[in-house]
Amino acid sequence: MVWKRSIAYINLTTGKIVAKPIPKKVRQLYLGGRGIDMYLLYNHVKPEVDPLSSENVLFVGTGLLCGIPALGSGRCDIAAKSPITGGVGDSNVGGFFAPELRWAGFDHLVISGNAEKPVYLWINDGSIEIRDADHLWGKDTFETQDMIRDDKGDEEVKCLVIGVAGENLVRFANVRTGMKNSAGRTGMGCVMGSKNLKAIAARGTMDIEFSHPDELLDYCKEMNDMIMETRWAKAQSRWGTLIIYSNTNTTGLVRTRNFQLNRLEEGEDLEPENMDRYTIGMSGCYGCSVHCRHRYVLREGPYAPIFAEGPEYTSLGAFGTMVDCKKMETVLVANHLVNKYGLDTLEIGGLIAWTMELYEKGIIDEKDTAGLKLEWGNEEALFELIRQIAHRKGFGNLLADGFKTAIAKIGKGSEYYAIQIKGLSSLHSDERPTPSLALNIATATRGADHLRSRPAIDLYGLPEEMLEEIYGAPVSSDYTSYEGKSRMVRWQELLYAVTDSIGVCKFQTVFCAVHAPKWEEFAKLIQLTTGMEFTKAQLMEVGERIYTVERMFNLREGFSRKDDTLPERYFKEPTPIGLPIAKGKKIDKDRFEKMLDEYYALHGWDENGFPRKETLERLGLDKEPSSMV
Amino acid sequence: MQKILYVDPEKCSGCRICESVCSLYHEKVCNPTRGRIHIVKWETSGLYVPIVCQQCETPLCEVVCPLHAIKRDEKTGAMLIDYDLCVGCKLCMMFCPFGGINLDARTRRVLKCNLCDGEPLCVKFCEPKALQYLDATTINLRKRRTAAEKFSDLMKKMLAVV
Repeated sequence: MVWKRSIAYINLTTGKIVAKPIPKKVRQLYLGGRGIDMYLLYNHVKPEVDPLSSENVLFVGTGLLCGIPALGSGRCDIAAKSPITGGVGDSNVGGFFAPELRWAGFDHLVISGNAEKPVYLWINDGSIEIRDADHLWGKDTFETQDMIRDDKGDEEVKCLVIGVAGENLVRFANVRTGMKNSAGRTGMGCVMGSKNLKAIAARGTMDIEFSHPDELLDYCKEMNDMIMETRWAKAQSRWGTLIIYSNTNTTGLVRTRNFQLNRLEEGEDLEPENMDRYTIGMSGCYGCSVHCRHRYVLREGPYAPIFAEGPEYTSLGAFGTMVDCKKMETVLVANHLVNKYGLDTLEIGGLIAWTMELYEKGIIDEKDTAGLKLEWGNEEALFELIRQIAHRKGFGNLLADGFKTAIAKIGKGSEYYAIQIKGLSSLHSDERPTPSLALNIATATRGADHLRSRPAIDLYGLPEEMLEEIYGAPVSSDYTSYEGKSRMVRWQELLYAVTDSIGVCKFQTVFCAVHAPKWEEFAKLIQLTTGMEFTKAQLMEVGERIYTVERMFNLREGFSRKDDTLPERYFKEPTPIGLPIAKGKKIDKDRFEKMLDEYYALHGWDENGFPRKETLERLGLDKEPSSMV
Repeated sequence: MQKILYVDPEKCSGCRICESVCSLYHEKVCNPTRGRIHIVKWETSGLYVPIVCQQCETPLCEVVCPLHAIKRDEKTGAMLIDYDLCVGCKLCMMFCPFGGINLDARTRRVLKCNLCDGEPLCVKFCEPKALQYLDATTINLRKRRTAAEKFSDLMKKMLAVV
């Protein structure tokens, strides 16, 4: 049965590998994927360890539902202490690796210690070997996967790999699989690099058994139909996440020139329709009916030919709006470069946009950048800086350690211009007109992060009766309001925590689509796959437990209320342009603090953001670390 | 009229739902190596081709089977394996020009598509419609229209030149 599946403990220093079944109790409390990873993170990483030392531990987990033919069930969760924030490091990735790992016999990996020289893990039908990876070191993320497949003579081998950025310990290096999928955030590729772990390769022919296979099939069809009936999924199928830009840029919710404007003027070339010039078809992750990824070809220009997948809305912001590049081709080339080197598109985009503003303001000049002209829209400088960061060369080396270090090194008031929280760059969305989204990035356990709790449906202005039905209490339908928004954020936090733990795609739940699967549907899917019964309330409690464990990890590392805030500019500078609803908006400090109070109260945390004793007891977290796995 | 499982690789998004559905329905587990359909991918060029039994009109699997264990289902037109007769010699697998017959690595049985007795589940689940279950006339007409469109484009260009 699904819940009995194995967890493997791999020590790269000693070479010792032990596999054990995952107890049902752990499944009931944390499900799988991110949930179990977060429990493991709290239990296995000792307080205050250096994220790049051998004491940090890397966790890889497949979602509980991984393998079902529905809702993009191929999600894999990768966690460790983050080398960027020093807090929760966690990134969730789609593609095809997670189901392959399950067919190879394992649900969770706990990778401790450091290898002396480059290695990769080879996982096949119940066995795990540590293999030499000297020949793979220095290869990009595409070559590495090809070479491992060639080594094995098997096209079906699926890999998690790092590129040269991970090898060079760039703190926001990511972990990649396939052409496009990236576990992008919080620098998990850097942790792999520090462990000399170039890749994890899996291939399997073992069964994934489910409790009620026939009913499960019928219900999977129902789930796929449910999501495909939403307008969001239909738009995604055609345009991918780029479709968001049409709306946000028109309204004025996009940060441009780092944080100076909230709309890209003359930004028509970045409209999703223009991807038709390059797209040869769409592509889907495992088990996904939506297929939101573009497969694109760049046939002309100095960087051609390029075949790649993407770009996401995030890359459109990173290499388009934030750096004021107005050409789709710039985005396509940069997207390919960061994927090749294995860099988080969002972090690097935020850093480069920041340095461009510093350059404009005269805080840094050509002497600091070794000749790089960091002017708005300079695509050559953008590409060069991406290369420099990946290889830790020149000015790029200064940025390769992320915001915290770069701010300390540059000084001269540069911090004010950095759009980061807890050391992590924020998406190119401008949250000044939207208090709910602002609270989301301020409180997220990963740092400025939209995927922990973004209540994206707040932007739709839905009827308040509908919002009350979803969130369980009155919530304002005006997205510029502060009323009820703390409740929205908390609800989405719990939902996404469970989504990442059962291993389905966030886009196929209540993220941007209202009539999408959520608690009841998740409970039924869990019942049909594992036989475990959950009510909606119990499942929400699981989400709460996972989020609270993350919070506890961060508190143990010294984070508290002082870190749950926004960059100063959100409170000081009103949005200069946009539609009337978005123009002239900034976040009101007092109302923000009140919202934060409400948010802590809803969680059962005290005014400093520490879980109260009764909350810990209710969630069964009062005796952590409990070392169940 | 007997229908045909029509594969259009240009529409395939590579999601592998067909593989998962196939093994879940027939073997009651999720395991694509035990399914009857497989998406062959050239990942680095973005090409995905679903491979499944074509239910040939002159099936080599039927011809080479020494036990005559593979016969056509008159209702659906699918070539079916009679496991009471099959000795597992795998000749059908070796001679099939399409890789339409799969060897189940667990049970060591040969597996092939039986069109789910006339309601192929992979088709029902395939959102991009890379897999369709159509009658032959429809396929003919569709193919001819696609070809004709190319001619028509060409003629328009020629007329524009004149």
